[in-house]
Amino acid sequence: MKTVVTSALLLAATSSMALAAGHGSCATGLTLEENVLTIATGNPAYYPWVLNDAPESGEGYEAAVAYAIAAELGFEADAVKWVRTSFDEAIQPGAKDFDFNMQQYSITPEREQMVDFSLPYYTSAMAVLTTQGVVDAGATATLDSLKGLVWGADASTTALPMLTEIVAPEKDPLLYGDNTDVTAAMQANQIDAALFDLPTALYLSAVVVEGGVLLGQFPADRSENPDQFGLLFEEGNPLRDCVNTAITALTDSGKLAEIEAIWLQKATGVPVIE
Amino acid sequence: MTDQTRSQSGSAPALTRRQAYEQRLRRRSITIAAGSTLAVVLAVVLLVPLSRGWDAVKRSFFNGEVFAKTFPGLLDAFLMNVAIFLWCAPIIAVLGLLIALFRDVRSPALYPLRLFGAIYTDVFRGLPVILVIYLIGFGVPGLGLPRPWNSPYIWGSLALILVYAAYVAEVIRSGIDSIHHSQRAAAASLGLSDGDTMRYVVLPQAIRNVAPANMNLFIALQKDVALLSFIGPVEVFRQAGVYKSLLANFTPYVGAAVIFLALTIPATRYADYLMHKQRRRQS
Repeated sequence: MKTVVTSALLLAATSSMALAAGHGSCATGLTLEENVLTIATGNPAYYPWVLNDAPESGEGYEAAVAYAIAAELGFEADAVKWVRTSFDEAIQPGAKDFDFNMQQYSITPEREQMVDFSLPYYTSAMAVLTTQGVVDAGATATLDSLKGLVWGADASTTALPMLTEIVAPEKDPLLYGDNTDVTAAMQANQIDAALFDLPTALYLSAVVVEGGVLLGQFPADRSENPDQFGLLFEEGNPLRDCVNTAITALTDSGKLAEIEAIWLQKATGVPVIE
Repeated sequence: MTDQTRSQSGSAPALTRRQAYEQRLRRRSITIAAGSTLAVVLAVVLLVPLSRGWDAVKRSFFNGEVFAKTFPGLLDAFLMNVAIFLWCAPIIAVLGLLIALFRDVRSPALYPLRLFGAIYTDVFRGLPVILVIYLIGFGVPGLGLPRPWNSPYIWGSLALILVYAAYVAEVIRSGIDSIHHSQRAAAASLGLSDGDTMRYVVLPQAIRNVAPANMNLFIALQKDVALLSFIGPVEVFRQAGVYKSLLANFTPYVGAAVIFLALTIPATRYADYLMHKQRRRQS
């Protein structure tokens, strides 16, 4: 792991030096503080998006992407400042204390009316997290079987509309304030299954939920409403165009895919639900 | 009587100098009250929209479109609040009364009951409601109870019941203490047993005395039902939170506030009315 980290940091460092001259002008004067890029993340920031709740280390998918974008914009790694916000602080009206906010915000047209999103930096499959007990009781990765389960979800995510649209469970889902409460309810056997983005579900099933199992996934490239994560900006923030250019460059150069390969486990072996 | 009929017919000379003076005074204070209220309302209505961020605040808190879209869903979710309230309230009333009686037992043999009552009210009045809901709502079902006995509705409601019964018990106890002990002595001299004294003499007066205070507790309970949303049930506060995060807009919270107020303001007024009536009766 250590060598991976150093090489990732090295990569970020060299690319920042190489690109500083070319892209430096774009973001000049558009950030909150001159020559400093202020990035917000969650409090706490969750694995595997940020490792150990320490985005400064550049470890974890979102932390690594943040430093790659900063490098594209011409900011050295030490010119990146991290702040923490909740979801609500990010969408409240008024002055923001971040240039952009990065905590797995799904881009939706409704949200876009109130805030601005960058181009997507990740497209997520949604996965069904459940426990071995539920699987033993006969739950399978078919919509018919999923309908009969008692569902839970994190209320502040787009998992709920997906749940009601795709699965349409027979019983109303129970909703919770954060991932920890969803897993607590699953552990207390109050819910059978919950819907998360695939990387989060993988982490929860492996580390948090005792006897956690991924029952299946809804593929990322479904035609309708794919779940895409974007950086959140205050509406009308001119920095967005710069960042979009940077994300396009990172996507085209394969850098984004490279970071994904390093930090997000390839989710093979999780059956696809049709 | 003759005075009244004369003043009703509108003849001005009927007013004594003192009445005229008082009337002038009354008119003056009404004019001043109206003027100052108007000034404050105007200041708010005119100045707030002048602030730089008003448009943004209006768009994210008072968005008519979002309000119209989410309000029916919120009303629907509010039925859940009402249901939880309705099944909690009677149990709270009974349990609260029981604990209050425990704290009033005088027989030495029943001292453990008295001790239990004291510890119970100390513990549950001393804990934040949300903490009790978390501990009981997630903790007890975690013991491995089978469905449907591990439902968050059951254990979340129990948490509310335990906390509010402690408050109600204290209020009823203060009502019992407010009855002068000469009444107990009088009842005893009539040959009533301790139990009958409590049942027929003390409690009817005590409970009537504290009805307004209990009414206030039930208004507070109606609001605290929203805390159950932390362990899963989707009531109006949670539903508003869902809309908020899907639409990145706080208007649904304003909608939820409107729904709460529509219920709590009449209830508060009614409690005030009860209190007023009681004061009149006592004076």
